[in-house]
Amino acid sequence: MLMTFFREEHELFRKSVLNFVEREIRPHVEEWERAQSFPREIFRRCGELGFLGAHYPEEVGGSGGDWWYAAAWGEALTHGRCAGVAMALMVQTDMATPVIAELGTREQKEEFLAPALRGEKIAALGISEPGCGSDVASLRTTARRVEGDYVINGAKCWITNGTRADFITLAVRTGPEGSGFGGISLVTFPTDVKGFRVTRKIAKIGNHASDTAELSFEDCRIPVRYLLGEENRGFYYIMQNFQGERLIAAVSAVAGAQLALDETIRYTQERTAFGRPILKFQVWRHTFAQLATEIEAARWLTYRAVDLYNRKQDATREITMAKLFAGELACKVADRCLQAHGGFGYAEEFPISRYYRDVRLITIGGGTSEIMKEILSKRMGWG
Amino acid sequence: MKILVTVKRVPDPEQKIKLKDDRIDLSAANWQLNQFDEYAVEAALRLTEDARNPATRLGEVTVVSLGPAEVQQQLRAALAMGADKAVRVDSRDEDLDADIVARTVEKLVRRDSPDLVLMGKLAADNEGNEVGQRLAGYLGWPQATFASIIEVVEGGKALLVGREVDAGVEMKKVRLPAVVTVDLRIVAPQAIKNGRTPPDHAYPEGPRYASLKGIMAAKKKPIEELTLAQLAIQPTLRVRTVSVRLPPPRKAGIKVSSVQELVDKLHNEAKVI
Repeated sequence: MLMTFFREEHELFRKSVLNFVEREIRPHVEEWERAQSFPREIFRRCGELGFLGAHYPEEVGGSGGDWWYAAAWGEALTHGRCAGVAMALMVQTDMATPVIAELGTREQKEEFLAPALRGEKIAALGISEPGCGSDVASLRTTARRVEGDYVINGAKCWITNGTRADFITLAVRTGPEGSGFGGISLVTFPTDVKGFRVTRKIAKIGNHASDTAELSFEDCRIPVRYLLGEENRGFYYIMQNFQGERLIAAVSAVAGAQLALDETIRYTQERTAFGRPILKFQVWRHTFAQLATEIEAARWLTYRAVDLYNRKQDATREITMAKLFAGELACKVADRCLQAHGGFGYAEEFPISRYYRDVRLITIGGGTSEIMKEILSKRMGWG
Repeated sequence: MKILVTVKRVPDPEQKIKLKDDRIDLSAANWQLNQFDEYAVEAALRLTEDARNPATRLGEVTVVSLGPAEVQQQLRAALAMGADKAVRVDSRDEDLDADIVARTVEKLVRRDSPDLVLMGKLAADNEGNEVGQRLAGYLGWPQATFASIIEVVEGGKALLVGREVDAGVEMKKVRLPAVVTVDLRIVAPQAIKNGRTPPDHAYPEGPRYASLKGIMAAKKKPIEELTLAQLAIQPTLRVRTVSVRLPPPRKAGIKVSSVQELVDKLHNEAKVI
């Protein structure tokens, strides 16, 4: 679909990613879902093809494209019908790495960012903890300065790519206990440091092909040069970083919902009951008309946010709204589409059942819908 | 080696066909590069590169298409895969038939003198499978159709071509310049030996994906625009479409309970045995 914002080269890029997804991802999804993992090779091939660094500057190994490449990437990935793989790759491109491009030193970019964009190192983002998720300001993993090092102690939870990440963009408390949002820093943390351990792989209701880990840090020493930006400014950086993460989540939510709806419409055209296709029942035609309208609305809200973000304007309001609206909508679309499939919707053999399980994460990950509303109401000056 | 590759845009074969005013309705068509032509582009690239160092070109690949301005998208896609330049001959799909296309390509071949014309064995829209054969005839060049193997031999003066025929693979030597049309298996990992890439090199199966680097580079590659008149082609159709009809819907099958019943039905009802 050619949109105003996407130019010919974005469309070529989208087509190339789609091709890759159709040939290298989609045929293996069942197997990877069962294995609860997918080959590292996928990262490497995506890196080789320039998919991972599309919207990163050339000096860090990217292609210098704008954010519409990220949008095309996020949309095309949904066609694998496997949110697990899509999310693992989006963590690599838009969640764990942008902050390194933004704040990292030349050494950090060479050691972490460039190999991540080449697909040689897998990246993870470590913010949530067993005791705090949305409430970032109360995180408790500490980093004490000892000689020229940080000594890190604590635990992280819900970490996508966590069991096999080569490095983690990690949030730690560098300020004293009780320092709240003013005592948080971000560091690049290589996972081969002594004292680091994957405590467990978390079993989830969806996103099976992607690993989600709980991690523990026991006297892990990393040099102070791994600090990202300034010490104790981490909370602010995280909030900034969330913008790209939430935006790609919204983009992906809209595209996934559209795909689910299109496939459901196709299915209900073919499936008959009481002597006619399901689609010929007014109740379903109206349901789909409503959902198609809402998806279109979500798309343009999201594109509006992408456009602002791409032009480096303040987009917090629009991104927050897009993540909230598209996320909640995707869950609704999944629910209605599954219903339209009847018994088959509840059977594993239809992609809609996986979509239904996977989609549930969207209103939770990257900031819950409740947090989105909190952010918005505060910005409006109500809170 | 200088290679000319013909490419055609076709409507997505997965899309449902609709008729309107006795014609196939293409207003909502999702156009894409004909798959066999994509294989021909891949084959041309494999012939003109050293796989150990694909950035260095050992030859030149020109992609040619006949069609409206939008065909530029498909040409750009071939350039993004790695082709060096493109030619678009402006025309409307309804003004073309296999003969006009063959004659047009003939003019371009005579003008540019490639060593090899590579084509898909057919286009997925009407599955004509004619242009390559006609072109070879007009040029008086040797042809090898349905190639699944191509090996450069005699120091680049000839090709050994494996052709898929009913009984197996027929090996044929064609002297260059020649016309070769390719089949699906030409994109198998070791289907092409160009004398430079080590013979044991295995490509990933299938046509290559356009890398983002390739896409960015394609923006700067030239697409020459020509008209049929500039090539002195008389657009007189030899084939006219009289009408178009969808095949009748297939009746539901039946289950038989025994071999005997099957034989009975085939003999007495279907009358095929």
